[in-house]
Formats: sequence, structure tokens, C-alpha cells
Amino acid sequence: MEIKRIKTPLDDAVIKKLRAGEKVLLTGFIYTARDTAHKRFIDALGKGETLPFDVTNQIIYYCGPSPAPPGKVIGSAGPTTSSRMDLYTPQLLLLGLKGMIGKGKRSTEVKEALKRYRAVYFGATGGAGALISQSIVSSEIVAYEDLGPEAVVKLGVKDMPLFVINDMYGNDLYETGMEHYRK
Amino acid sequence: MRQIHVDTIISAVETLFIEANIYLSQNVLNAIQNAIEKEESPQGKEILRELIRNAEIAGKEQLPVCQDTGLAVTFIEIGQDVHITGGNLSDAVSEGVRRGYQKGYLRKSCCHPFTRKNTADNTPPIIHTKIIPGDVLRITAMPKGGGSENYGEVRMLIPAEGKEGVKSFVLDMVKKGGPNPCPPIIVGIGIGGNLETSAILAKEALIVPLGVRNDDPELAELELEILDEINRTGIGPQGYGGTVTALDVHIKMLPCHIASLPVAVNMQCHVHRIREIVL
Repeated sequence: MEIKRIKTPLDDAVIKKLRAGEKVLLTGFIYTARDTAHKRFIDALGKGETLPFDVTNQIIYYCGPSPAPPGKVIGSAGPTTSSRMDLYTPQLLLLGLKGMIGKGKRSTEVKEALKRYRAVYFGATGGAGALISQSIVSSEIVAYEDLGPEAVVKLGVKDMPLFVINDMYGNDLYETGMEHYRK
Repeated sequence: MRQIHVDTIISAVETLFIEANIYLSQNVLNAIQNAIEKEESPQGKEILRELIRNAEIAGKEQLPVCQDTGLAVTFIEIGQDVHITGGNLSDAVSEGVRRGYQKGYLRKSCCHPFTRKNTADNTPPIIHTKIIPGDVLRITAMPKGGGSENYGEVRMLIPAEGKEGVKSFVLDMVKKGGPNPCPPIIVGIGIGGNLETSAILAKEALIVPLGVRNDDPELAELELEILDEINRTGIGPQGYGGTVTALDVHIKMLPCHIASLPVAVNMQCHVHRIREIVL
């Protein structure tokens, strides 16, 4: 299959070209955050505080990696289920977040926000954490170290394999894919 | 009485969880390999090939196949002629889990339900015990991820709903989960008993090797019918659309109350990790 190579930070020109169902290889920096980190982001915003990193044109990866064995950048590092972050996502998109990487369906509110704020939702293969770890070249804790595997970590990635699930035009690979192969 | 010292149990449990998390069984690898042939969608085939590559890398790099190294589920069959010495069984299993998750660089995924504070050593494990005849101790380790576990449910059907009721409940659960439990999935179904035994039966059903059918011809047929219907949903590998949504379906059944028809569904992702030892 045809593969597109893209880089962070994501800008509108790149996002406009991405379509649901395409395979992409991502290079640049992404930030891990899952359940508790998202709750803290939104609590911080509620108190008028800033986020631990500027989300403008950035990508959040829903991932809690396994510990890095000695001599390795990271352990196994696949995606977790994205829907648990749905409640928090539109607010981050409003602030300029341009992409999320995870697995599984998003809410109608998130899909609407992707259209409104021109952003994209990528799927990484769930259960392929060892394979994905091979495309992670650096790892640096940014915030919430106390959360252990749920800390916010800045990851340097090279050719991270992803699929576009929801593009900015409202297309949804989960819906079209299932429709196509239903018997 | 045969004596088994807790130290033997501790080190067995430690090794089981490390190996289960790093090496996928040949049974599962074969099932994924066969699925590549059967899958009609190009994206689906690509995902399945990624899973094979992932397993190869995990073994070579000594990394867990999946970062969600799960809650530590154990099934322990204790021969009635076994005497455990030097401590107690639960503490020994916990200690084995603690050591395995530390030594194997496995993720600690166990936390307080409300505060979400991590217990930091992946304990307590989940221990199911059964007393069996003889003088052996069989330990089955099944690290179980959260993504698939979240799509399980127990439903108390009306007896009149029968087999069709079971089928439509399972199909509902598969469709509700869609891409979330990481398809291709394996579905464990527990029928009968009562509320809690149906759930345990569903989990025990996951231990049956892929491709092995129920001894009861009626249940064997039901397993294949449900598998076929799941694979017609179109969900496919990772939910990207395709013809392989499940690798297999297993049923375990027990008699139940004349007023009830309990059914439990336990989903398992393709990272189906099981290791067993007989001491």
C-alpha cells in the first residue's frame, strides 16, 4: 500500500492532504498522555494555569509504555483506548492541538471538533508495542513523573507507522472499513 | 503427601509472567499467520503482518509484546495430596508476580479504583484455585490487558431466549467493542452456573488453545456459528474493516438454575498470553 511520510509540528497544509484509511510514517516529536494526565491538563486550564507543554500544532499519543530495560530508550509502547480521553479532547483541540494517536472509536463531539479545528486522529496498532518502540528514538519526561507509566513524556519518533482514522473532512475509517466488509 | 516449597512456586510464577509477556505462543502465531491468508482487506493484511513482526521483535529485543502487561491472572489447580511448605500459596503467587514484573521490566497496571494510585508492583494478582485429585500443582499465568477486559459483561438471560439469546448477546458485545478491544479478538463465553461462575467459565474458555473445539458437538457447532457471524460484521483487524474480526470463540457450559440462563462474555485481544507449568 501507498505510504505518506509526515513530520511534526503538523500544519494545515499537511492535515488537508490526509485522508482516512491512509498509512503514514510519522517523524518528529509527540507527547504521551493518558487518563490521569488529561484530567490534570483540564484541571490546570480550569485554574487558569498553563499546560506542561505548548500543544499548538502538536500531537498527543495515548500511551503508557512499559519500563525501559537497561540500554533501551523505552519499553513496549503501543496505544491505549482513546475513547477514555474523549471528554477532554475538544478543549485541547481548541487550544491548537493538531493530532492524536491512539486506538478505537472517538465520540461524535471529538469528530466534530476535528472538523472544526482542522485536526486528525491517527491509529497505531494496538498490541504492537514492541514494533512501535523501534521507531522511538528519544524519551524525556515532561511532567507528572509521580504518575509512573502515565507520566507525560516527549518522544522523538522516526517513521512511526500509523493509519489515518478520522480526517478533517469527517471521514471515519472505522465506519467505512466495516461497511465495506460487512457480509 | 507431596511437599512443594513456596520458593518453587515463587520462582515458577516469576518466570511464567516474564515469558508469557515476551513470547507469544506458537498456537497464537499460527492463528495470526492463517488469518493473513483469510483476510480480504489490504489494511487488515498489513495489520496482521505488523503483529507477526511485532512478535519477532519482542522476542529478539526481549520486550513485552504489548506494553499493557496486564493484571496478573492465575489459575491454580492444587492436587489434594499436595502440601505447600514454607509459607502460604497466595503470598507465594503475589511474590512471584512482584518479582516477575520488576525483573522483566513489565508495566505495573494495578491501581486503587477511585484514587487511581498505582500499587507499584502489579499486585494483588487474581488467583483462581481449584482442588484436583493427585499430587501435582498446575499454574496457568494469563496476563490480561485492560482494553479487551473492558468489553466483557455478564447478562442474566431469560431461559426462553436460549441459544439465539446467547448468540445475539455475544454479537452485541462484539459490535459494541468494535475496534476498541484490539481485534482480531478471541471470545470466551461462559454459559450457566450462576452470576459469578459464568464469568469465571468465560475466562477459563480463553485458556482453550485456538482451533480446538468443544467436546460437546452442539457447543462445538455453536462456537463455529458465532465465529462466522463475528467475522461477517466487517470490523476486521484493528477495526479498520476486514474479514477476520475474531481468531476463535470458545464456550464453557455448566448446568444452571431452572429460573436462569446466565451468560458471560470475556474478550481477549490478539496478544493472547498464556503460560503453564506443572510442578
